[in-house]
Parts: sequence; C-alpha cells; structure tokens
Amino acid sequence: MSIFRPVQIFADWLTYSIFAMQQKSLAAEAVNFFIFDTIKIFILLSVIIFFVSLIRSFIPPERIRKILSHKYEITGNLLAAFFGIITPFCTCSAIPLFLGFIEAGIPLGVTFSFLIASPMINEVAIVLLLGLFGWKISLIYIISGYIIAVVSGVILGKMKLEHLVEYMVTRRADTSLGVMKLTWKQRIRSAKNYTAEILKKIWPYILIGIGIGAWIHGYVPTEFIMRYAAGNSWYAVPLVTLIGIPLYSNAAGVLPLVSVLTEKGVAIGTTLAFMMAITGLSLPEFLILKKVMKAKLIIIFATVVGIGILFTGYLFNYLLS
Amino acid sequence: MVIKILGAGCSSCAQLEKNTKEALERLGLEAQVVKISDIQDILAYSVMSFPALVIDENVVLYGQNPTVEELMQLIRDRGL
Repeated sequence: MSIFRPVQIFADWLTYSIFAMQQKSLAAEAVNFFIFDTIKIFILLSVIIFFVSLIRSFIPPERIRKILSHKYEITGNLLAAFFGIITPFCTCSAIPLFLGFIEAGIPLGVTFSFLIASPMINEVAIVLLLGLFGWKISLIYIISGYIIAVVSGVILGKMKLEHLVEYMVTRRADTSLGVMKLTWKQRIRSAKNYTAEILKKIWPYILIGIGIGAWIHGYVPTEFIMRYAAGNSWYAVPLVTLIGIPLYSNAAGVLPLVSVLTEKGVAIGTTLAFMMAITGLSLPEFLILKKVMKAKLIIIFATVVGIGILFTGYLFNYLLS
Repeated sequence: MVIKILGAGCSSCAQLEKNTKEALERLGLEAQVVKISDIQDILAYSVMSFPALVIDENVVLYGQNPTVEELMQLIRDRGL
C-alpha cells in the first residue's frame, strides 16, 4: 500500500490539522478512514477503468463473437469466460449479446460462460476488491469466478436446454462486420468518456458505502458484529448469497461495507460468496432475459451459478479458517 | 441518403442522433435520420455494441460515440 502513502499523509493532515480532531479519538479515526478510503478508491477506479476500456476498444463483442463461432465446447467455454472478463456488462446489453451469439451459432453453454463471467468479473468489482481487500483476495475472486463461469457453462451446455430459448433465432451465415478504423485519439476519448460515465453512476453509492463503513470501523465493536452478523455459522454462506441477488446496482456501495465486516471477523469465504452473488446473480438481468428465454431456463441458470457460489464460499471458509 | 442509429435504449444513442443531425446541418446536407431500437431489426445488422451508425445500409461505427467533426468526416467519406 506504499503508493498510497501520500494519500494517508493527506488524510492525516486533513483530519488532525485542518479539522483539528483529537488524535486517537473514535471520530477522528472514522473521518480519517473515510478520507483515505474515498480518495484511494476513486484514484484506483479512474486509472483502472480507463485502461480496461482502452484495451477493450481493440476487442469489441463483435470480434469476440467471430472468434467464438469457430470454437467448440470446453475450448469455447474457456475462451468465452475469458472474453467475458474484459467485456463490460450492463443489463441493457444482455439481450443483444445473448441473441447475437446464438444467431452466430455459438453453443448455448459457451454463451452462458460469457454471460456469467461478464458481470461477475468486472473492473469496478476488481478495483474495490483490490483497494479494500488486497491483491490476494482479488486474485482468489477472479480465479473462482472464472472457474464458476467455465464449469457452469459446460454443465448448462450438457443439459441441452436450447428449446427453452424463447425467441425465433435466425441463423445468420455471415455475422462478420468490417473492422472499424479507430485512431488512438478516438480510443482515448472513448475510454475517458466511459470512465466518467461509470464514475458518475456509482460515486454516491461508494461515498455512502465508505461512510457507513467508516462509522462501523470507528464505532461498532468487533464483538457486536461477531455476535449479530453470524459471519461464521453454517447458514451464513447461503444467507448472504440470497441477500446478494437483488443488490446488483449497489455493488459499489455494498463492498466498502463488506470489507469492514470482514475486518471485524466475518469469514472470507462468506464475503466472497456475498460479492459473487451481488455481481453474478442479478435480478435486473434475470428480468430482462425473461424476454428471450423461458423462466425455467433462467431458474436453471441461476441455480447452477448459485451452487458454484455456495461451493466457493464454503471452500474458502474451510481453507482459510 | 438514409442514416440509421441503432441502439437498445442507452443514453449515448440519443447523443449520437443529436450529433448526426448537427453534422448534417453543418455540411448543409439533407438526409433521413432513423432511430432503430427493435432488437430484431438491430440484429439484422450483426451489431451488438451500441450506439451504432448505419449509412445507406453500411455499418460504419459500433460501440462508439463520435464527435460532430468525426461524423462530418464519416458522412463525407460515404461519397457525398
């Protein structure tokens, strides 16, 4: 965390010199924590979203589709989940992506691997994990998420669920598009706009999340969390997985809170399951997919991914306890 | 000349429509600007990232939000 040393110095200066708060007092610690975390997270978000979107401009979904349409299962799943990581996800793009892939003849299971990885392993979640939990937890999250996306896609593919797609799919022989010529100037401008757009959307959630987190950090005793948050009982993992489902759009606000709970002793597997459920099982996404697939397919899809999340949660609670 | 803007309801699609109209105005050209938001119609162009710009049935841009100047260039390049 040494690169954030200047931020810590700034936070200290603001807390103790400008606000003239008493050293070691609970209020001062909470304020200091809030200033430091907010600045750190916003620096990380701006830098990482910018670079990820720059890389992205070289591999738009249309290109990914072309690559995947020549691949079979397993290889296809491995690649699809990988491409899912670098593709941004918003509920508004779920349907065109899903149908565009199916129409190009990409198998349903491979398409699902992509659809699972895309929201679960997104740059905002990674930045928050990196900033709040450190690189080890971030890496565990990325690798587990990737495995869940690949394995769930393979299982869903094997289940032969194509008849549950409720849309007249027109197989298109040619889905290739001409390569757009973009200058570096255009790519940089796009990346800048995208970064600004994302930050504009999530900043209030982050401030509120860090604010409540700072308050818990300073004021709520660990014993209280341990007694009431039930972080380590057997039902904690399924409970947080269910709670995570409707929280998608608030991921940015929930993570700072979760990090404080972890710091106060909630088991890390439980934390991972919670974050994966928030990003990977999203209610708005299910509602929008309902337009093109039968409810049964959405339920099967959510169940398979849900089991993967539960497994990850229990596994890391066991391994890291 | 027919210019189509493909978009599944994202905010940047409205921006592209506005910029396209401004580009046409600055070039002093008349063209029909149509917004396409039906998923079936969009998929016919093989596009999955938005907004996308179609000039006379050719997809010229997708997943990009160009400036008015760039749009003027694109429209000129289409041989007008």
